[in-house]
Amino acid sequence: MTTTDSLPVDVTALRADFAILSRTVRDGKPLVYLDSGATSQRPAQVLDAERRFVETANSAVHRGAHQLSEEATDAYEGARATIASFVGVSPGEVVFTKNATEGVNLVAYAMSNAATAGPESERFAVGPGDEIVVTEMEHHANLVPWQQLCQRTGATLKWFSVTADGRLDLSELDSLITERTKVVAFAHQSNVLGTVNPVEPLVRRAHEVGALVVLDACQSVPHGVYGQGAVDFGALGVDFAVFSGHKMLGPSGIGVLYGRRELLEAMPPFLTGGSMIELVRMEGSTFAPPPQRFEAGVPMTSQAVGLAAAVDYLNGVGMDRVSAHEHTLAERALAGLSEIPGVRIIGPADTADRGATVAFVVDGVHPHDVSQVLDSLGIAVRVGHHCAWPLHRACEVPATVRASFYLYNEPSEVDSLVAGVREAQRFFGVGE
Amino acid sequence: MQLESMYQEIILDHYKNPHARGLREPFDGESFQVNPTCGDEVTLRVKVADDGTVEDVSYEGQGCSISQASTSVMTDLVIGHSIGEAMTTMDAFTELMQGRGQVEPDEDVLDDGIAFAGVAKYPARVKCALLGWMAFKDALARTSIGAEAV
Repeated sequence: MTTTDSLPVDVTALRADFAILSRTVRDGKPLVYLDSGATSQRPAQVLDAERRFVETANSAVHRGAHQLSEEATDAYEGARATIASFVGVSPGEVVFTKNATEGVNLVAYAMSNAATAGPESERFAVGPGDEIVVTEMEHHANLVPWQQLCQRTGATLKWFSVTADGRLDLSELDSLITERTKVVAFAHQSNVLGTVNPVEPLVRRAHEVGALVVLDACQSVPHGVYGQGAVDFGALGVDFAVFSGHKMLGPSGIGVLYGRRELLEAMPPFLTGGSMIELVRMEGSTFAPPPQRFEAGVPMTSQAVGLAAAVDYLNGVGMDRVSAHEHTLAERALAGLSEIPGVRIIGPADTADRGATVAFVVDGVHPHDVSQVLDSLGIAVRVGHHCAWPLHRACEVPATVRASFYLYNEPSEVDSLVAGVREAQRFFGVGE
Repeated sequence: MQLESMYQEIILDHYKNPHARGLREPFDGESFQVNPTCGDEVTLRVKVADDGTVEDVSYEGQGCSISQASTSVMTDLVIGHSIGEAMTTMDAFTELMQGRGQVEPDEDVLDDGIAFAGVAKYPARVKCALLGWMAFKDALARTSIGAEAV
């Protein structure tokens, strides 16, 4: 029996920072928030940092010579440095985007633009005969932009399939990733299955054939990896990576695209306009060096400051402890749900190489109906295909219920989930 | 929250024992509808008589209790009725579902459909309740007689 005291994170103390976690829902039920995979809650420290910025330094960054503009620019660039260091890269390799989806699109559109952008961009150009490799477990955000890139350029999309136990099937690694491959894009951790994918063999094979690796790190950067702690893009050796602020205690409206310096330096822009230029004449323009080249327009500033505060918060707890705590929750959830007759986990049934996202189906009760019963008990989960429709088809389920945990969840909340699922079975007259 | 206010007995009955289920021939119009947020789907066919009566509605699909029960109730409400009557019923049901629980349903028009009044309080589930109706309207529009009416 795990008690709160023996956990690597003092959850009780930490929950006091998240006002929303003490509210009630649906006629006075304490909120049990198990939907952090969709969006996480924000601690007071993040809100305070945003407010402090807005109340003291708010102004447009990288323009104007007044004191506020200087302070805002320092705060914005300071935030970039904090976030870069958190994922093991240099500040110049961090591009702020609206969210992770925009980050993937930025790379995909830059690659289409490369066809007409001159010789230094040539390595990004794709066309007929070229291939882009993804996986069947991708979130739509790391699938649809690549489908569209193929459609625009005549390149071909290929993908790794998923095994019955929710792992990537790498048996065809060498035949799927070939000399024709230009991009290999995959999720570090599946937003449905919880599977943590093996980055090393994919990077090794991709680089062997000269392909670029794009990592969707939306579900790994916020949580770290059990046994490894914080995610380090430099150590992983990926070429690009994306993640979102709102999934890691930060604000919405800000995401990060990491790109290796020499790649960002050679890559043509996606969005163009103010802030991203070097020289503008009526006849044509040249562009600023990265990361500014990829940040057209007045950027989001309080959001960047808020995200840096979220990183400070996570660092304060320690990513090794965050991931260890979540590992304990995943273990408890997998054990508790597996014990219920008629419940099937969609994804790895054990905790090896998996995070604290647990998707499941209940025989005889549609996921929507399961979640409605859980909601009536105050338990917030996600239901549907979680923006991973092809994965659900591959798993032969129309939809799943997904519980996703974070550092502020308690073991007792896992128990509430398990009891809630039993209640759903009782209500719909199935199970025991 | 009272779960029973959403899951009325009538709804659970239709869910467990759906009416008119299965795809039948012949038919005059067919529609495939999907709820892109949850993946629920329905394929629905209509057969319309020369005098404009909805002769048959048949369907296959998968989805939650609300979408399945609602489609089942719909077949009861439209089969054997004129297209005009079916459209009036559909309008009444749509109004009920989009009323956030503020619309008083008319049992004379909606019959078992009034059981969905509780669902209207849950915006996330309204789409579920309307899925089959959307398929019916679309299938009807694909028939030669219905195309003029809807």
